[in-house]
Amino acid sequence: MTLTFNRKMFDDIKRGEIKWSKKLEKVLNSRPERLDRFSTVSDQEIKRIYTPADIKEHDYMKEIGFPGEYPFTRGVQPSMYRGRLWTMRMFAGLGSAHDTNKRFHLLVKEGQTGLSTAFDMPTLMGYDSDSPRARGECGKCGVAIDTLKDMEDLFDGLSIDKITTSMTINPPAPVIWAMYIAMAENRGIDRKRLGGTIQNDMLKEFIAQKTFMCPPRPSVRLITDTVEFGAKDIPRWNAISISGYHIREAGSTAVQELAFTLADGIAYTEAAIGRGLDVDDFAPRFSFFFNSHLDFFEEVAKFRAARRMWSKIMKDRFKAKDPRSWWMRFHTQTAGCSLTAQQPYNNVVRTTLQALAAVMGGTQSLHTNSLDEVLAIPTEEAATIALRTQQIIAEESGVANTIDPLGGSYFVESLTNRMENEAFEIIHKIDDMGGMLNAIENSYPQLAIADAAYLYQKQVDKTEKTVVGVNKYVLEEENPIEVLEIDKELENLQIEKTNRVKNERDDSRVKDALEKVGEACSSNQNTMEAILDAVKSYATLQEVCDVFREVFGEYRDPGIY
Amino acid sequence: MANKRVLRVMVAKPGLDGHDRGARIIARAFRDAGFEVIYTGLHQSPEEIVEAAIQEDVDMIGLSSLAGAHNYLFPRTVELLREKGGDDIVVCGGGIFPDNDISELKASGIKEVFTPGTPLTEIIEWVQENVKPRGG
Amino acid sequence: MTSVAEKVKAGDVRTVARLIRDIDDGMPGVKKTLKELYPYTGRAHVIGITGSPGVGKSTLVDQMINHLRKKGKTVGTLAIDPTSPFSGGAILGDRVRMQRHAMDQGVYIRSMATRGHFGGLTHSTRSAIDVLDAMGKDYIIVETVGVGQDEVDVVKAAHTTIIVLVPGMGDDIQAIKAGILEIGDIFVINKSEREGTDKTLSDIRAMIEMDPDKYAKGKWKPPILKTEAVFDKGVSEFLEEIDKHWEYLKESCDGKALRKTRKKVRDELAELIKNRFIKDILNNLIKSKEFDKAVDSILNGTIDPYTACDNVMLPILGTRKK
Repeated sequence: MTLTFNRKMFDDIKRGEIKWSKKLEKVLNSRPERLDRFSTVSDQEIKRIYTPADIKEHDYMKEIGFPGEYPFTRGVQPSMYRGRLWTMRMFAGLGSAHDTNKRFHLLVKEGQTGLSTAFDMPTLMGYDSDSPRARGECGKCGVAIDTLKDMEDLFDGLSIDKITTSMTINPPAPVIWAMYIAMAENRGIDRKRLGGTIQNDMLKEFIAQKTFMCPPRPSVRLITDTVEFGAKDIPRWNAISISGYHIREAGSTAVQELAFTLADGIAYTEAAIGRGLDVDDFAPRFSFFFNSHLDFFEEVAKFRAARRMWSKIMKDRFKAKDPRSWWMRFHTQTAGCSLTAQQPYNNVVRTTLQALAAVMGGTQSLHTNSLDEVLAIPTEEAATIALRTQQIIAEESGVANTIDPLGGSYFVESLTNRMENEAFEIIHKIDDMGGMLNAIENSYPQLAIADAAYLYQKQVDKTEKTVVGVNKYVLEEENPIEVLEIDKELENLQIEKTNRVKNERDDSRVKDALEKVGEACSSNQNTMEAILDAVKSYATLQEVCDVFREVFGEYRDPGIY
Repeated sequence: MANKRVLRVMVAKPGLDGHDRGARIIARAFRDAGFEVIYTGLHQSPEEIVEAAIQEDVDMIGLSSLAGAHNYLFPRTVELLREKGGDDIVVCGGGIFPDNDISELKASGIKEVFTPGTPLTEIIEWVQENVKPRGG
Repeated sequence: MTSVAEKVKAGDVRTVARLIRDIDDGMPGVKKTLKELYPYTGRAHVIGITGSPGVGKSTLVDQMINHLRKKGKTVGTLAIDPTSPFSGGAILGDRVRMQRHAMDQGVYIRSMATRGHFGGLTHSTRSAIDVLDAMGKDYIIVETVGVGQDEVDVVKAAHTTIIVLVPGMGDDIQAIKAGILEIGDIFVINKSEREGTDKTLSDIRAMIEMDPDKYAKGKWKPPILKTEAVFDKGVSEFLEEIDKHWEYLKESCDGKALRKTRKKVRDELAELIKNRFIKDILNNLIKSKEFDKAVDSILNGTIDPYTACDNVMLPILGTRKK
């Protein structure tokens, strides 16, 4: 294979570098560098300068190539943003279904191109609003969904046959998805026309976000049911969004985010193949979800490495033949954990840089955090500024004029290679442990993340890492900003609403339907149709989830340090 | 077998919120400051936290919450401690709290709250100054 | 009787918790209470659980508690974790895996840190067992540190000692057999859904059979059980063996209180003397002028450490040193 650069050029570069080093030495003697060690936010050391010598082993056609072609380093579509911009998908959910519906209508009116639903904690954990476990949590960090009735109200008046919907839901994902399908079918929309995503990624919950219900193995079984059902019944739906976002938020490094996310993807692929599916039947519908953190180049390199790695994994490891199985499509959210309560307007700037990195990294859709998101659910004004941030990047900055504008940068290409190598090393380590499920059961990723998070916090405390407004450029006095408050009465109103639904439904039908769910869970049959039938009978979210708990047992925090 | 008190603190995660990055970091920081740290694990009710705190005879409970339910969970913990005769146990909180909530939390008996960005050293110094191990 | 002892006997959780803290912290007042409580001890079945980190000891204990509660038995648990030698602090994380019993008044769980004590327990464990015993708990489960050190102290404190292993520890078994395998009354292979369980089982069996004492007539032959604690498999069979061992112990001492066997009393008294010796004699000695003088003499070369030791010890050993 031909090298990107020829021999003479390298000799010239070497001579040039020696000459430059001598000059540099004098400069450094009189004016030393600002730091002894320059490193990324993930503590990867960064060199003074990168030259063609750093990527001399690199084969352009093999490792970079062209967008829309293997290995997809430069992007998944041939024309990328020159054809169509990324989907601006702002995550929203607050209070009741009615409140959130109002926010959805506002965002669509302001130019948002896809919906994304945030649920409250009880819904995320599979509890109804009247559960003792749900006290004080109803509607607090998202919308409360107890029954199909809430789902109907949530999407009232929205053209769900045209717009795609993403739902951030994990342990109860099959139930929430079933409610969405049932809601659409009751409106006369064919399920085959529905497009969207359920997050449905339990492995990262055990690793990082800790929203869990059943133990890992049955959790993966329920996910595989949805993957199988989606492949056959709802071809435009992404039944899983394999997420690194939460891994990063929990404090991992960028390389760990990359490695653990892809290792999760490998585990789901293996599970679906184990079910007897052909890899090309489901892999094209796998989608991914990454974090875009503060270190600009590290993030761009991470996104590029992720696409290249996944295509290699699919092609070489799983022998996928359909090029659509090789491509990694992903959603990105800017890093919530990087925002500060201090001087909150600075968060707009942080989010802009992170959004820019996601665009430079070729994301398919993007959520930009609001400046007040560190304090509460965003106000309408803050959410609009966040959306405008994306629109300015897309339509004013000019960065979407050419594809992968940072491709070919010595630094970015070299960093992309390095992150790929380091992430593959971690993936091989997980393979040696017998795969991600075993690794999770041994707390390997959990501990690795906790170590990284503690290290970072100590670096911030020692001001080795700067957080503007927190450990540097601190203001003595700060004016509080206005934050959204959730109506304290909501909990009671929601409980009343659910009670009304319960009073109006046919209880014997509910009982039969729940029994069928239990039978499906205990057998090898796919659970999705039984769940659909149960939610159509207006069984509550918790009633269905209690069946899961009963059959599969409950997972508790293993609390390993 | 030294005749001296060692500070015992509980790090607890009340409610359904699973974000334990902060709780884990603070637990390690407390250990490194020489405290004995009892961690409750995730998804605890105020009742479970208080019962554990009494069984473990801790001097302080640190509650961590990032999902907005602190207005119920924190005061409820203090209330239960009082009912169980554990009102000498200091309760403080860490997490995301709007300014209005902070004054309400303090009024309900939460001795101090720490919001994101507080250096670990500052939290530890506060504990060393404000939480004294029980007398003999 | 003091009110503290009365309250312990009545099962008052706050009093028990505070008393254990006082014992742990070496507070002077506790001796009186322990003396008062002594006549009310000796009832509970004390079970020691030991094994390497990651074998699932806490999860197994959690399931044991669950089963014992279903049978109406009350349980006290002491879970021991290591103190950091660098900071003196500790993260006591075992409780997390048992926390579902927090609201159960029939269960008392206490986390303890080693504070530099070796042998797998804390210096206070034995007294804490007495407190839980006097409190009226039917079973007391002691989970040792499990950091791989020679955790043989648990034998002296417990009636029944459980060694927990996981499959695939072949080489480790060879390495630890000298210390640990001899003390096991019951062996548990946890996580037995994993590969290598049968191999581990036969390895342990072979090791036990090498010890002729274990095959003497009428002696207890340690059973080897398989469990999957996470899935609650094999736990009830395991508890049956624990009860059988208890019956065996009672028969072998003619129905007398187990605590009053000569060996137990000897161990207990020796332990108390040792602790007292360290606390009251050694600690005073190294603070004394004579000690400092001896150190100076060694430093300036006028004496060797052996002679210095004899000199310092002279006032204590007195006439017996000949």
